[in-house]
Amino acid sequence: MDHITFLVAVVIVTALAFDFTNGFHDTANAMATSIATGALAPRTAVLISGVLNVAGAFLSTEVAKTISGGIVDDTLVSPGMIFAGLVGAILWNLLTWLVGLPSSSSHALFGGLIGAVWVGAGSHGVNFDKVVEKVLVPAVASPLVAGVAALIATYLAYRLTDRARKDSVTKGFRIGQIASASLVSLAHGTNDAQKTMGVITLTLISAGALGHDAGPPLWVIASAGLAIGLGTYLGGWRIIRTMGKGLTEIQSPQGFAAETASTTIILTSAHLGFALSTTQVASGSILGAGLGRRLAEVRWGVAGRMAIAWMVTLPAAALVGGLAASVVQNGGDLGTAVVALVGAALAAGIVAVSRRNPVHAHNVNDAHEVSIRTEPPAKVGTAA
Amino acid sequence: MHLDWTALGQVAAVSVGVTVAVVVVFAFGVLGLARLEGAREQPGGTSSALGLTQAALCFLACAAVVTYGIYLIVPQFH
Repeated sequence: MDHITFLVAVVIVTALAFDFTNGFHDTANAMATSIATGALAPRTAVLISGVLNVAGAFLSTEVAKTISGGIVDDTLVSPGMIFAGLVGAILWNLLTWLVGLPSSSSHALFGGLIGAVWVGAGSHGVNFDKVVEKVLVPAVASPLVAGVAALIATYLAYRLTDRARKDSVTKGFRIGQIASASLVSLAHGTNDAQKTMGVITLTLISAGALGHDAGPPLWVIASAGLAIGLGTYLGGWRIIRTMGKGLTEIQSPQGFAAETASTTIILTSAHLGFALSTTQVASGSILGAGLGRRLAEVRWGVAGRMAIAWMVTLPAAALVGGLAASVVQNGGDLGTAVVALVGAALAAGIVAVSRRNPVHAHNVNDAHEVSIRTEPPAKVGTAA
Repeated sequence: MHLDWTALGQVAAVSVGVTVAVVVVFAFGVLGLARLEGAREQPGGTSSALGLTQAALCFLACAAVVTYGIYLIVPQFH
């Protein structure tokens, strides 16, 4: 175990912490609409999603061979840069969670790495055309396609079941939602848990603890799976509220249409090798489902704020990643420890602020806004 | 940089097509279910058996799509 230096140990812990935030940030993608329509009780929903994420982590044998898929030059990446990039990604994930905005965990990770590599190795370490190809194009295209698919499907679902008994229709689609939401969770586990496994494995390889072309050891698979599953189970309730209630009021046919659209797009694009963000697909689907029932139902203000968060995600995480990278590079082990401590303090601060107005399994469906002010959220909706 | 517009178009077309197809078939299944439940309250019609058949066929088709989805997700099956 000589190879496990202080830095490598810190990278592994940070990678697992990122995996955890990834889990709870993305619970909403699979489960928000099921929770909002009452297809699943909140606690049951996050339990199913958590278990399926762990299962997905164990099923995915094809662990990422590159950390970034070519967005940064992987040969220039040092464990210190990975650490700095992860810190940037974690802090951005926590901040967007605090304000209840769904943003892409993978974009946060890419952003953090881009910033760290830029500062650590210079701008030639970043492949900007890959950024356009792998980040920008899917970010615009995938929510659009998801939205169109969910819109048409929702419209037809309402037209077809227009004259049928309302209670049978609601019940039928609720049962369907359980299946569609479970598929999203399983797909998420196979995709996102393996990113963290890839990061840890590549760090171990670069430190000489594993041979080249080695697969992830069992403890890496198990810990990455557990971290994402636990994060999912704890549930990012603030984001679940925004996606299930904030964008539009979801009924069960819409929820089913939205989740079906998300699943289909995630699976078809993974099949054809497109990298895309589950978060953006799911948000697009929910918007489309809202439009499919009635145009006025969508809260465009919330959608606009989400879109801004998506655009800011990569640069913001890059900024933090770059900052952390310069400290790590100049400060050595001491700098790494300082960054870790400051990062942990900021994370604790964000969690403390969230406590002023907590969103949890019991009140997630009570309001459609996530506030960081101290007023009780239940009063906000009834004031008008 | 090269963008594979054909692949992008394929993803878009297949996604929209499959989504709409699954939701429409499922909606027909739900309709069958609604007919079945309606028939239970007013017995004496043939719509009960018809509703059941319609619901069963449609949900079976959806289950097949879900199975294919799981097949795609789990790499061990390939």
